[in-house]
Amino acid sequence: MTPQAQLLKKRHRISAAFKLFCLSVTCLAVSILGILILEVTLLGLPWLNADFLTSFPSRFPEKAGILAGLAGTLWLVTLTAAIAIPIGVLAAVYLEEYAKPGRVATLITINIANLAGVPSIVYGILGLAIFVRFLGLERSVLAGAMTMSLLILPVIIIASREAIKAVPSSLRQVAFALGATRWQVTRDHVLPQAMPGILTGVILALSRAIGETAPLIMIGALTYIAFVPEGPMDEFTALPIQIYNWTSRPQEAFHELASAGIIVLLLVLLIMNATAVWIRYRGSKNKFK
Amino acid sequence: MTQPSEVLLQANAVSIAYGDQLAVNAVTLPIYQQRITSIIGPSGCGKSTLLRSFNRMNDFIDQVTLTGKVTFNDQNVYASDADPVAVRLNIGMVFQKPNPFPKTIYDNVAWAPKINGRRDNMDDRVEQALRQAALWDEVKDRLQESALNLSGGQQQRLCIARALAMNPLVLLMDEPCSALDPVSTARIEDLLFELKETLTIVIVTHNMQQAARVSDFTAFMENGVLIEYGPTETLFTNPENKRTEEYVTGRFG
Ligand SMILES: Nc1ncnc2c1ncn2[C@@H]1O[C@H](COP(=O)(O)OP(=O)(O)O)[C@@H](O)[C@H]1O
Ligand SMILES: [Mg+2]
Repeated sequence: MTPQAQLLKKRHRISAAFKLFCLSVTCLAVSILGILILEVTLLGLPWLNADFLTSFPSRFPEKAGILAGLAGTLWLVTLTAAIAIPIGVLAAVYLEEYAKPGRVATLITINIANLAGVPSIVYGILGLAIFVRFLGLERSVLAGAMTMSLLILPVIIIASREAIKAVPSSLRQVAFALGATRWQVTRDHVLPQAMPGILTGVILALSRAIGETAPLIMIGALTYIAFVPEGPMDEFTALPIQIYNWTSRPQEAFHELASAGIIVLLLVLLIMNATAVWIRYRGSKNKFK
Repeated sequence: MTQPSEVLLQANAVSIAYGDQLAVNAVTLPIYQQRITSIIGPSGCGKSTLLRSFNRMNDFIDQVTLTGKVTFNDQNVYASDADPVAVRLNIGMVFQKPNPFPKTIYDNVAWAPKINGRRDNMDDRVEQALRQAALWDEVKDRLQESALNLSGGQQQRLCIARALAMNPLVLLMDEPCSALDPVSTARIEDLLFELKETLTIVIVTHNMQQAARVSDFTAFMENGVLIEYGPTETLFTNPENKRTEEYVTGRFG
């Protein structure tokens, strides 16, 4: 065999070995996840029924339900979306379409990237100081939503900027050449093209907000709530807090309830992520070349 | 070129630099009304840069500096009180690659009038622009289909219709046929002759036969410098400059 052929054979072997390595790592990760989901399902599924979804928490496991947490989470996510999406998208539009590149813009960019990495408990402390105490919003779902908005704003801004940046500049040029102002170009062409990417980022950010517990505990979202919030100023609890509370009880039945709660939380997340995939798929069909 | 014509648009000692790299060097070029002026020259000689200076499209590129004047109807397009948006309403542009919006055929044409507050008689406007671009008969039954379903040549004519919908006085075209097949190219060249009745056209092309066929005046550029400008026939048959002669006879470039 020539040295050339020998070397080639060796290179193919290394390539195959690397593929195997990647495959096994993937399998490991997936199977750990699979076991986790399996256990949660086995424990929680028997508890998952209409009563569970429509009852408030109780001292008796067989009477306890997730309604307060589920309603609180839906309130929280809706309000958070209403606050964080406009602010985040507009900030991204400003930074991409209007702000002049320079030292200030770079500084802002670095700061936003850093904010995305700040531990969520810090946002909780901030929310407690500003929204709960200073603005006097108490432990309302509005205070929670504003805190969550702070938490996910960096993610929304970064994702939206990437989506806007990916819009070909030739599209802007064509529109400008037709005598459009920057706002008209942004509104009619850039944002529609960037929308699938923006929405995907938004939904991923909201998914994160749904799963967060620490900032909500910090601002004092209660656990024993026997009502559904009827307005943004009502007190509330959320799914992850309810789950956390159940797991910290001694009785085994509450642990199983927690598993049922986790299934509900996962289903909510799954629905949101499926929406993101669907939006991305639809948006990919109508692209400017 | 039976009747004499006025200068509508003019570059006056225009120099344009990207950073410190000079792309257009002291070019003075008149553009006559209702005539077709073509700009030829080897790739990278600054044709597109010069063309984009007429409707201030270089404004969108960072670090571009322009000295000199571009006058439209004797008004300096770069005067401090000149509005680039208003300039672009009068001076339309068609790009190298057919690039319709990912919308319906109708919406492609209707967008510019719409954002400029000319919403009345929109159907007529769209029809007129499509007729002017010699596309109406092919698309009149499918106006609500996506423009992306059209062929390349049809897309480019749609882009011309889109630019015409604002009734501009000047149409700038940057190698509008370079992505098209010969049949589509011929259709667009025919179209140029019709448009010339009402419109002033500046066309950048690297296809010398095209320049010779369609244009009344030709400008030859090299390395950012305008080497020679004159009536197309003179420039192709009896050029003054040796470089021009070499270029138009295909000895380089
Ligand atoms: N956006 C840009 N940034 C920097 N340099 C550019 C840019 N566009 C063009 N140039 C340079 O300017 C010169 C002229 O380019 P261009 O006007 O596109 O030439 P042409 O259209 O004749 O091929 C070239 O050297 C090119 O590299
Ligand atoms: Mg060019």
